[in-house]
Amino acid sequence: MPFWKQEIECIDREELSQVQLEGLQATLNRVYKNVRHFRKIFREIDFVPEDLRSLDDLKRLPFLTRKDLGKNYPYDLFAVPLREVVRLHTTSFNFDEPIVIGFTRNDMINWTELTARNLFAMGVTKDDVLQVALNFGSMSGPFGFQAGAERIGASVIPMSGGKPAEQVKVMRDFKTTVLISTPTAALRLARAMEEMDVDPHALVLKLGVFGSEPWGESMRAEIESRLHIPAADTYGLTEAFVPGVAWECPAKNGLHLAEDHFIAEVIDPATGDVLPPGSEGELVITTISKEAFPLIRFKTGDITKIDEAPCSCGRTHCRISRIFSRCDDVMILRGVSITPDQIGRILARINGSAPVFQLVVERNDDADQLFVRIEISDRFFFDEMKKQRRFVEEVHKAVSEFLGWEVNVRLVESGTFDHNKQVLDMRRFV
Amino acid sequence: MLRLVNVNSNYGLVHVLKNVSLHVGKGEVVTIIGANGAGKTTTLRAISGLQPVAEGQIYLDGKDITGIAAQKLVAMGVAHVPEGRQIFAPMSVHDNLELGGLQVYRRFGRKQLKCEIESMFERFEVLRDRQNQYAGTLSGGEQQMLALAMALMSRPRLLLLDEPSMGLAPLIVKEIFRIIEELQSENGLTVLLIEQNANAALKISDRGYVLETGRIVLEADAEKLLSNPEVKRAYLGREQREIWE
Repeated sequence: MPFWKQEIECIDREELSQVQLEGLQATLNRVYKNVRHFRKIFREIDFVPEDLRSLDDLKRLPFLTRKDLGKNYPYDLFAVPLREVVRLHTTSFNFDEPIVIGFTRNDMINWTELTARNLFAMGVTKDDVLQVALNFGSMSGPFGFQAGAERIGASVIPMSGGKPAEQVKVMRDFKTTVLISTPTAALRLARAMEEMDVDPHALVLKLGVFGSEPWGESMRAEIESRLHIPAADTYGLTEAFVPGVAWECPAKNGLHLAEDHFIAEVIDPATGDVLPPGSEGELVITTISKEAFPLIRFKTGDITKIDEAPCSCGRTHCRISRIFSRCDDVMILRGVSITPDQIGRILARINGSAPVFQLVVERNDDADQLFVRIEISDRFFFDEMKKQRRFVEEVHKAVSEFLGWEVNVRLVESGTFDHNKQVLDMRRFV
Repeated sequence: MLRLVNVNSNYGLVHVLKNVSLHVGKGEVVTIIGANGAGKTTTLRAISGLQPVAEGQIYLDGKDITGIAAQKLVAMGVAHVPEGRQIFAPMSVHDNLELGGLQVYRRFGRKQLKCEIESMFERFEVLRDRQNQYAGTLSGGEQQMLALAMALMSRPRLLLLDEPSMGLAPLIVKEIFRIIEELQSENGLTVLLIEQNANAALKISDRGYVLETGRIVLEADAEKLLSNPEVKRAYLGREQREIWE
């Protein structure tokens, strides 16, 4: 079985814990020295970096949340001066609560290496032609895939999110062997192929790498049967690296987490207690190599479990299970995370105060759809149909503009939905 | 091969090493860089048993060697070349080498010792010409080579080098680094190196650690450290308070 860096990927677990301890201590020393936020929260619990004697001591440290990242916008969490930063990305267009993530030259090298390791583990070689059908700009993922693939020596077609027909044409004419996209985009491509009468067997496609949206095993089976390729899952965090945090090996038994760059914990999202390996909970990530934007115990919001048992592929890094759900009300639609608060703020802007509303997410065979249901209350009871229609149109326009794609808005009678459930995710990940 | 976990050390009341953890793999050249007083030499002295370890463990090939006396460590294959070319100035070069080969003499006898000295002369041609001179009359570079040869006489598995380039002319520094590189590639020697001359040292190293006021602030592959401004900061102290200017 091929490895990109066998000595790291198959490292002895004891050696790995030494590497992690060294990296963690160095990271803590740097953030304590350079980042005001960490200095403050460490002082609050009377902690200095010297107090960290073992990896277990990490449990003493407070969590870092997305709110903390937002509060320190733009550059307050950077651990290096801005002039050493060579790349800036922002989280999937949350321009309400923006977060800026910086990368130094070495961060870029690490990111490239990790992505190369990721793609190589999935079977990408220097002879492959990769079609990256992800939106450059609003996501950092495509940049990572491009750099990693070029590091391996493969050819990259940065297609961005073009029309399915164009994608299929490029795929056929350029002899694409590896498709990188969101899983829903892959199904759109499959449909476009059927419409264009392109036989997937006639293509030289051999692998699909999909991520940035939750997708289940049934969807994997569908993609695999319609495109006739194996489909592999990859996991990344915009706040760290996308991709390059965890990925599937050919054994397809969970995603290997790059433990020489990250320390993963699984916690109970309600109490914050660290759960033993094997239990399901929220994934918490600590970076041990990042220079510009280190994360200490960052709550990802993703629900998973950690499996430390050795994998049949020979890699010793632990595996996280595939991620289908979140412990907060963030929805990931078309590769972008959306919170009900953001939609609420838009509604409040139109209306003066936020109405009672519910977001319903459905997945048709080609894309995620968002339905905004607004409850009719006394304030919202427009006796004039015209007024009512105009309100719906305004909401539709504002929300669609915010997301960049069409949403459906509907007025419903009170009692139609449970007020405690602001998000109703109808997608099934099985 | 060598593993330090949370090593702490004091000079009297001064806490010098604060939780230093590092590792050196078999056949690796690893450099520790840092400003004056960062604790580089103390780290090395702690490994070779010359400096008491207040807290923490040092493992050599998985065996805990914390607190083992320096002379016993030499027999275990750890050789330390201290800073400032500590050779025996009033003795001849040959005698110095014989002293360095005490372990060989004890174990294998006189013939083997002669053999070893001969092999040192092969590696360091200069020393052959100077073998009957007093060591103190050698030039700085030659003295450094003698110090290196003395350490190698004990047939170490792990070589600890403390500032081999100190006070030497650039050409000789280059020569010394060439020899270190040669030892690593030919004999598979594991080297832990301390240097002020960060660029030269990192060029021959696999990995490096940056030590700052007794703490390790950075660990990375040598080529990544070469381009890292944090290294500069470790030498010059903090650049500025604000992240942006």
